[in-house]
Amino acid sequence: MGPKMEEVQGRKLKEEYQEMTGASMLIQALGREKVDVIFGYPGGANLSTYDEIYRTGIHHVLARHEQGAVHAAEGYARVSGKPGVCVVTSGPGATNVVTGIADAMIDSLPLIVITGQVATSAIGTDAFQEADVIGVTMPITKHNFQAREVEDLPRMIKEAFHIATTGRPGPVLIDLPKDVASTSGIFNYEQSIDLPGYQPTVIPNKLQIKKLADAVTEAKKPVVLTGAGILHAHGADELMEYITKQQIPVASTLLGLGAFPGNHELFLGMVGMHGTYTGNMALHEADLLISIGARFDDRVTGNLKYFAPNAKVAHIDIDPAEIGKNIETQIPVVGDAKEALRMLNEYDGTPGEFSAWKEQLNSWEEEYPLWYKEEGESLKPQRLMEMIYEETKGEAVVTTDVGQHQMWAAQYYKFDNPNCWVTSGGLGTMGFGFPAAIGAQFAAPDKQVVAVLGDAGFQMTAQEMSILQELNLPVKIILVNNASLGMVRQWQELFYDQRYSNSIFPIQPDFVKMADAYNIKGWKIEDPNEMQAALREALDYEGPVLMDCRVEKDENVYPMIAPGKGHHEMEGIKP
Amino acid sequence: MKRTIVATVNNTSGVMNRITGLFARRQFNIDSITVGMTENPSVSRMTFVVSVDNQRGLDQVIKQLNKQVDVLKVRDITDDATVERELALIKVVSAPQHRGEISALAEPFRASVVDVGRESITLQVTGDQQKVEALIDLLKPYGIKELARTGITAFKRGTTKSDFETPKYSIIH
Repeated sequence: MGPKMEEVQGRKLKEEYQEMTGASMLIQALGREKVDVIFGYPGGANLSTYDEIYRTGIHHVLARHEQGAVHAAEGYARVSGKPGVCVVTSGPGATNVVTGIADAMIDSLPLIVITGQVATSAIGTDAFQEADVIGVTMPITKHNFQAREVEDLPRMIKEAFHIATTGRPGPVLIDLPKDVASTSGIFNYEQSIDLPGYQPTVIPNKLQIKKLADAVTEAKKPVVLTGAGILHAHGADELMEYITKQQIPVASTLLGLGAFPGNHELFLGMVGMHGTYTGNMALHEADLLISIGARFDDRVTGNLKYFAPNAKVAHIDIDPAEIGKNIETQIPVVGDAKEALRMLNEYDGTPGEFSAWKEQLNSWEEEYPLWYKEEGESLKPQRLMEMIYEETKGEAVVTTDVGQHQMWAAQYYKFDNPNCWVTSGGLGTMGFGFPAAIGAQFAAPDKQVVAVLGDAGFQMTAQEMSILQELNLPVKIILVNNASLGMVRQWQELFYDQRYSNSIFPIQPDFVKMADAYNIKGWKIEDPNEMQAALREALDYEGPVLMDCRVEKDENVYPMIAPGKGHHEMEGIKP
Repeated sequence: MKRTIVATVNNTSGVMNRITGLFARRQFNIDSITVGMTENPSVSRMTFVVSVDNQRGLDQVIKQLNKQVDVLKVRDITDDATVERELALIKVVSAPQHRGEISALAEPFRASVVDVGRESITLQVTGDQQKVEALIDLLKPYGIKELARTGITAFKRGTTKSDFETPKYSIIH
């Protein structure tokens, strides 16, 4: 226990020595951390916190399901670079955010999740709305805390923000029992952070940087693979400087899109299962692969046996555990992507000579660009993505769920700017894209936010249309509606002899009517010739919009590396 | 290969859960874990014996342990000069006439008899894993009724012989 109020009266009464309840401490601390919006949902175990939210007027957005709140916090975090804050109650409130926490963990998004908990005296008794949230979230948080003493709370919150936002970002959860939230204690937020077990390496080793720079000089066929680590490190400018100087072609992971401009002549596109031919072949043929802030996910590498067989691998990552986890690495560089790039830019090495390599890449690009069959009566989803790019001039923030529409958006919307792409990569979460768009709109109020969603995923979190209605948030929902679970259907077509088990919806709601119920302007588009004009109108419309775009139902995502195959075994490339 | 890894961790609630959960979800194989307080009551010391396939697997175990906020320091001490000890309690089937024989067998292992029943005798042995296993093997023919082992706990030795004192080659064989 710290000093009681009477004991500190004699001293200069600083704000940090005020006596207040745990709930009040929480809100004070969020203020100190410059949190400008909380996404959440009240319940029995966090009533004190919500009372404090009521009294202080801190900006709170009421979701209609806790999953909506946590995905909104993720979208906010991805676009703003600041931690997203999510406040929910105990038991079901907490378990409803588990998907979002796991999603943030695998995609390295900084989140602060505050869950209510039953009173400390009731913990372990199977009390009403009790769940072992610390146990449940242990493997899917960067760290979690249970505040058993109110005096510990300020330290925990401070550490939580520090852990969530430094090193490799991630979600941190604080479990706040009901009695702790209503008990008073001394609020001291000036204490310094003391975490001997948590010391992320930010500045890379100079010798490793030199090794990498020398490898570039010697290389004939180098390629840079950009991941979301560059975006988390705010290193896009340093990357541009590096590439301009070294003239190394750049390929990107799904989550790294936007770190390097999609319209740049050295950009090879996304790599992986549905990556471009040029991007994948570049990895396959490269003699030097420089991965920056990417983690060699299986959707990127395909069969590891065939991955980058000729390449010396350099891997820059702030998380040492990622280096060597999936791919043997010759030049490991532990550190922040921005710092590493800054040091590489300062290093005076001889630039390499890659003209023959670039010629090879250009010829692949010309021969095997992304393509789709343009004939047919119905709207091509790929064309829809191109239209969204054209009509937003590539300046929108685009969010997606997971599946076919996600891959088409990644392929055909050219991400020219960083932090404009919000997608569920590692976890592949349906129902992510729409609430994430809401969070993104809070992070970028002046930007156009377009939620590109599948008709299936949208139905998982569609209740959040209430937020659009309530706050007149101008999010544009674009449903890529093929009346099916498109990617599941595609795999059943390709690998299960067209046995479409439960992937084609026999009925669908009238999405325009659904939007109407929330007072959201809705369009249904079936004729491809009407699409572009309608899209323009929708994007120009001031409030929220839902566009039900009926696309070609049997369209598949290509090109594709089938499971177990290597980058050189792509199917569905342009004939 | 088997490796002995020592970690110092914050002595807070749930730490054991964090570590064992990590081992389970990353499919690391553990032969044994021991844990206990250190000279600093806020710090615990854990000793793991893990089975890994290769160096990369070992690196992952160490790196993933290091990622835990509550883990302060991790060290693979397999190749260091160490003191390693395990304690085992072994209840052996023994008719009265075999007691002397079993006691004699235990003696070179400095195992002690800690309990005697009408049909059994319980031995306590401490030592490194090989010694404990050797004794268990010897006792097997008598019939082991119950066996409890603590798993290895280990320390780096205070002084290590330097290379100067133990030349790796010699001109006189």
